[in-house]
Amino acid sequence: MIGGLFIYNHKGEVLISRVYRDDIGRNAVDAFRVNVIHARQQVRSPVTNIARTSFFHVKRSNIWLAAATKQNVNAAMVFEFLYKMCDVMTAYFGKISEENVKNNFVLIYELLDEILDFGYPQNSETGALKTFITQQGIKSQHHSKEEQSQITSQVTGQIGWRREGIKYRRNELFLDVLESVNLLMSPQGQVLSAHVSGRVVMKSYLSGMPECKFGMNDKIVIDKQGKGGGSEDAAKSGKQSIAIDDCTFHQCVRLSKFDSERSISFIPPDGEYELMRYRTTKDIILPFRVIPLVREVGRTKLEVKVVIKSNFKSSLLAQKIEVRVPTPLNTSGVQLICMKGKAKYKASENAIVWKIKRMAGMKESQISAEIELLPTNDKKKWARPPISMNFEVPFAPSGLKVRYLKVFEPKLNYSDHDVIKWVRYIGRSGIYETRC
Amino acid sequence: MGPVHTVYGPALLCAGAGCSQQFGAQPQWIWFLSSSYVGAHSTTLMPTVSKGDGMRGLAVFISDIRNCKSKEAEIKRINKELANIRSKFKGDKALDGYSKKKYVCKLLFIFLLGHDIDFGHMEAVNLLSSNKYTEKQIGYLFISVLVNSNSDLIRLINNGIKNDLASRNPTFMNLALHCIANVGSREMAEAFAFEIPSILVAGDTMDSVKQSAALCLLRLNRTSPDLVPMGEWTARVVHLLNDQHLGVVTAATSLITTLAQKSPDDFKTSISLAVARLSRIVTSASIDLQDYTYYFVAAPWLSVKLLRLLQCYPPPEDAALRSRLTECLETILNKAQEPPKSKKVQHSNAKNAVLFEAISLIIHHDSEPTLLVRACNQLGQFLQHRETNLRYLALESMCTLASSEFSHEAVKTHIDTVINALKTERDVSVRQRAVDLLYAMCDRSNAKQIVAEMLSYLETADYSIREEIVLKVAILAEKYAVDYTWYVDTILNLIRVAGDYVSEEVWYRVIQIVINRDDVQGYAAKTVFEALQAPACHENLVKVGGYILGEFGNLIAGDSRSSPLVQFSLLHSKFHLCSVPTRALLLSAYIKFINLFPEVKATIQDVLRSDSQLRNADVELQQRAVEYLKLSCIASTDILATVLEEMPPFPERESSILAKLKRKKGPGKLPDIDENRRNVNGSSEHSENTDTTNKVSYVLNLNSSPSTGPSLLVDVFSDSSTSASVDVSEDNFSRFVCKNNGVIYENQLLQIGLKSEYRQNLGRIYVFYGNKTSTQFLSFSSFVTSSDILKTHILHCLIASYPIIEGGAQVQQILNIECVSDFTDAPVLNIQFRYGGTLQNIAVKLPVMLNKFFQPTEMTSQDFFQRWKQLGAPQQEVQKIFKAQHPMDTDVTKAKILGFGVALLDGVDPNPANFVGAGVIHTKSTQVGCLLRLEPNAQAQMYRLTLRTSRESVSQRLCELLGEQF
Repeated sequence: MIGGLFIYNHKGEVLISRVYRDDIGRNAVDAFRVNVIHARQQVRSPVTNIARTSFFHVKRSNIWLAAATKQNVNAAMVFEFLYKMCDVMTAYFGKISEENVKNNFVLIYELLDEILDFGYPQNSETGALKTFITQQGIKSQHHSKEEQSQITSQVTGQIGWRREGIKYRRNELFLDVLESVNLLMSPQGQVLSAHVSGRVVMKSYLSGMPECKFGMNDKIVIDKQGKGGGSEDAAKSGKQSIAIDDCTFHQCVRLSKFDSERSISFIPPDGEYELMRYRTTKDIILPFRVIPLVREVGRTKLEVKVVIKSNFKSSLLAQKIEVRVPTPLNTSGVQLICMKGKAKYKASENAIVWKIKRMAGMKESQISAEIELLPTNDKKKWARPPISMNFEVPFAPSGLKVRYLKVFEPKLNYSDHDVIKWVRYIGRSGIYETRC
Repeated sequence: MGPVHTVYGPALLCAGAGCSQQFGAQPQWIWFLSSSYVGAHSTTLMPTVSKGDGMRGLAVFISDIRNCKSKEAEIKRINKELANIRSKFKGDKALDGYSKKKYVCKLLFIFLLGHDIDFGHMEAVNLLSSNKYTEKQIGYLFISVLVNSNSDLIRLINNGIKNDLASRNPTFMNLALHCIANVGSREMAEAFAFEIPSILVAGDTMDSVKQSAALCLLRLNRTSPDLVPMGEWTARVVHLLNDQHLGVVTAATSLITTLAQKSPDDFKTSISLAVARLSRIVTSASIDLQDYTYYFVAAPWLSVKLLRLLQCYPPPEDAALRSRLTECLETILNKAQEPPKSKKVQHSNAKNAVLFEAISLIIHHDSEPTLLVRACNQLGQFLQHRETNLRYLALESMCTLASSEFSHEAVKTHIDTVINALKTERDVSVRQRAVDLLYAMCDRSNAKQIVAEMLSYLETADYSIREEIVLKVAILAEKYAVDYTWYVDTILNLIRVAGDYVSEEVWYRVIQIVINRDDVQGYAAKTVFEALQAPACHENLVKVGGYILGEFGNLIAGDSRSSPLVQFSLLHSKFHLCSVPTRALLLSAYIKFINLFPEVKATIQDVLRSDSQLRNADVELQQRAVEYLKLSCIASTDILATVLEEMPPFPERESSILAKLKRKKGPGKLPDIDENRRNVNGSSEHSENTDTTNKVSYVLNLNSSPSTGPSLLVDVFSDSSTSASVDVSEDNFSRFVCKNNGVIYENQLLQIGLKSEYRQNLGRIYVFYGNKTSTQFLSFSSFVTSSDILKTHILHCLIASYPIIEGGAQVQQILNIECVSDFTDAPVLNIQFRYGGTLQNIAVKLPVMLNKFFQPTEMTSQDFFQRWKQLGAPQQEVQKIFKAQHPMDTDVTKAKILGFGVALLDGVDPNPANFVGAGVIHTKSTQVGCLLRLEPNAQAQMYRLTLRTSRESVSQRLCELLGEQF
């Protein structure tokens, strides 16, 4: 189990230190600082073993979160906890920064007391936590006895993530499908590896204890239904269905039902939460195609031409497009010509950065650069790192579609039709690279 | 144990005034780079700096880097700066010297931050040709830090350096010299090694340049000594010791010391100059040295260096010179007695540095008893000094003093202080030195005290040095044992106190000594018996006890308290707590008990018969139990008594303990009485010194013959390598006539095996040397000799040789042979090696015979007789009739003839009982055909051997060889 949890700033100064178990000594804090934060060589592994103590760390901007343990714990569990902890902190005070951590350290200790007991992770649901850990300490005095007992029953009860008696005038529901698409492509346009990792994030403002059912174009479900309907229907819907490689759900989802019927039904927590995460690798729509042309002219000149093609419906608009063309380390000057957007040579990053605000589908744009090189006595050849790209598109590159989201609340007098539902798809680039 | 010692070391090594200004550049760079250069270089060399050289850009860049919040930000800033510099260096527009300098400086800073720099070298080289000091300096700095030796630019750089060396401008020359020294590569040495000496000895060179040149030459001499030419300049370098400028003298002394170690004869003249210089420094009032007086001590670095230089040579022969040197050393010793002129630590450090160097010179000379005694007394004072470093150094120097015959007694007076140091000292390295010193000062008069103290210290000693102390105690106890009861007590005590650290060698040695000395056996048996009664005793004690009681238990069996049964049950009570090897030893002790005391036979047989012995999982134990049980049941008492007789005395051999101690300490670290005596007469007599080292190994040789009188342990100093003529062993020679492989020689130490292959006139013999003992053969050498006549007939060469053959190991050597023409004699293999201190000579006649070069020839009966008739001339035939020495077996005879090398021809001779063979002998010059016929006569047990070859000598020799085989 987790023996202790430390938060450091970028200099390695300890901001928060909470030790849960006696086997973690005082020197553990320093051991991590010396061996990881101040390590001569950058430590890339998120798990570090120092003197029989394992340290699991995640980094948020300049802040290090490290969990220490002497036992053989489930590393995935510890990381899940650390990420959850980041979410909780973000929900309480916004961005995790040194300033914010310092200003809220009492709150953080309070949270740590709540979400970890003797090193075992407890309820880390922001919604639930917010009912009894508040930033305004005085407010808690107004809790009536009834309310307090409610908190107890909620935290200890079967549905720990939702309290009873929630009432909204307008029953609303927001559903976001957020995906990030990762790609590695050869210079000739051959896909070397590609996958999409996506999340379904839900914001629910519903009264009472509603029962929800979520449906999407999962291939297995569609095929099953298709068998009942007819072969023609199956063939038709088969095109649009997607094969999900693996997925995980929020704790509110009834896994037994998913296992038996593959239907996703749940009582949602109040407010924002992540309903599910998934990954697909087949039939990915690649929103952009990058075509690089690199020509070396002698030892002192390099000509680079990069063409990008948008590969989606022309009615849709991609945003925040950024193409990053790495330059050799001995670049001494760059001349750029681009038709669209802005391009700049950023010496501090050794790259040409080309930014386009918006771009419609089925379009093409290009940039050409002349890079002057300084002859060096170093015989090493330039390694030609891949051209990377960032963008945001208003559809799901995996092809996922929300088919329905039904809400039932038998006790209260609103039906599925009264709930206002919003669905949004956002596809972002993960690591989207093309070799040149 | 270095750490304490180094306090003086580095300060003295880096040549003070000379070196720290010139070679200690690294810290300076960083300092001046970060503080936007104000002018850090040696004040004497610095031309004035104009205001424009501030390099604001550099300062801004450095402060930017300092302000970076994270590593990533720093890398971004550096990338940006690198891109900026690259665009500046692009070569479109010429840069002025100032900006070039600034950018090169930035690159240097980035490099020192740990990033790779792969450009800017050319610009740095361009800076070399600038006339401004600062620009040139930055150029040199960049080159000495960044340019590696295989760079293409090295030619340009060398050119720049050459120009500066020739410039006659002292500042530039200095910069160039520093660069050469800082880089110090072979290429640099090749380019400038001839030039620098001339700068050094030129009359018109400035003092500062001379200083740099001397140190530069020193550096080149260290990195590539083969490239620095010796020549007529060497004589003139020596005269630099007379230079007015003390800095030059300091630098020159460093150089001369190094050179003198290389070729002492060339620099003999430096002795008198050094003595004169030393006496001027030591006896002068400190005022006239001005800059070179360091905290009231006159030129301490120079003094130390001069004293070191003098340590390269024996004491001066010229009496006047000698007395002058003695006077100097006395003055130094006197000064140590004076009250300190300052309370600062630098003052006492400098003073003591000179003093210790003077003492090591005194020890090195080892010729002035008064000085040695005074040095010893001086060190004695330091033994109780507050400073840990001084105590350490005093103990260390005393160790060497103890080995001098003049000061040994003086050292001994401090025994109480040293013992006290051992007990109360906090620092472990100092305690270690104290142990070394006690070991060194030990002799017969104080052995008991010292051994007792070391034993008592052992109980609390640091774990890291326990084993060493154990070995030392064991050696001292053995070496200075006047009566052996004391020895036995001491060693048993040793095992009791530090059982885990007592190595095998130590207890082997006890047993060897007890077995070889009758007078101590009874006492030993009694003592071990008593020691074994302790409730917990160490396994090593059980081993010694088991062995000794098994051998000499009968000597104490008369006493009812130690009756045989009591002895046995005492030993057996320890049995179950011991490891397998000890149990095996105890089983042997039990069977010996059966022989010694028939009354306990039944008890012991019961023990051996028990399942835990007879069915022990360990094979060795099981085997012993089974065999001993059967032996005790079957054999009669007579046989038992013979089999289980008391062990014979061990052969004399080198004490394995001492060898182990030497191995542990590494060469030269052991403050042994003879070994560590410095080589007084210079390195020319080095060979004698190694002899001494070898002799030490005999010191502990145990001489068991009672005739040696009062001295129980005799120092066998005489080298027993009697190089008398060695008999050539021919024992197995004839056996090799008909075979190629086998053992040619064997004695108790060595086995020599052969494996040979022959093809036409060429042969190859693999010689295998097997060491049958458990100790090394040292300086092993082998060579093949042959008589002068033989030399013309065969050629041989020996390939590969081994200086050391480990105990139990086998090594291989290859001998190639070529037969030029026919021969009769055989070459001799001479082997020489050192075993246990004695030189062994062995000579073996190698079985290289003419018949080895046979090629068998098959032929028909008709051919055979035709040839037989052709070789009919009387001188071509040799016939021999002889009596059979072995049973006349047809198969054996056939095998022998085949082994002889000829083809056996069946059905040629009309008489089927006769053997007929044919073959050709290949030599380099000719081929000799050969036919033979062997007619056995079974009734008369006689043979008739007839050989016909085209050469008389061949027939003769072959007949001799084959005739002895049947």
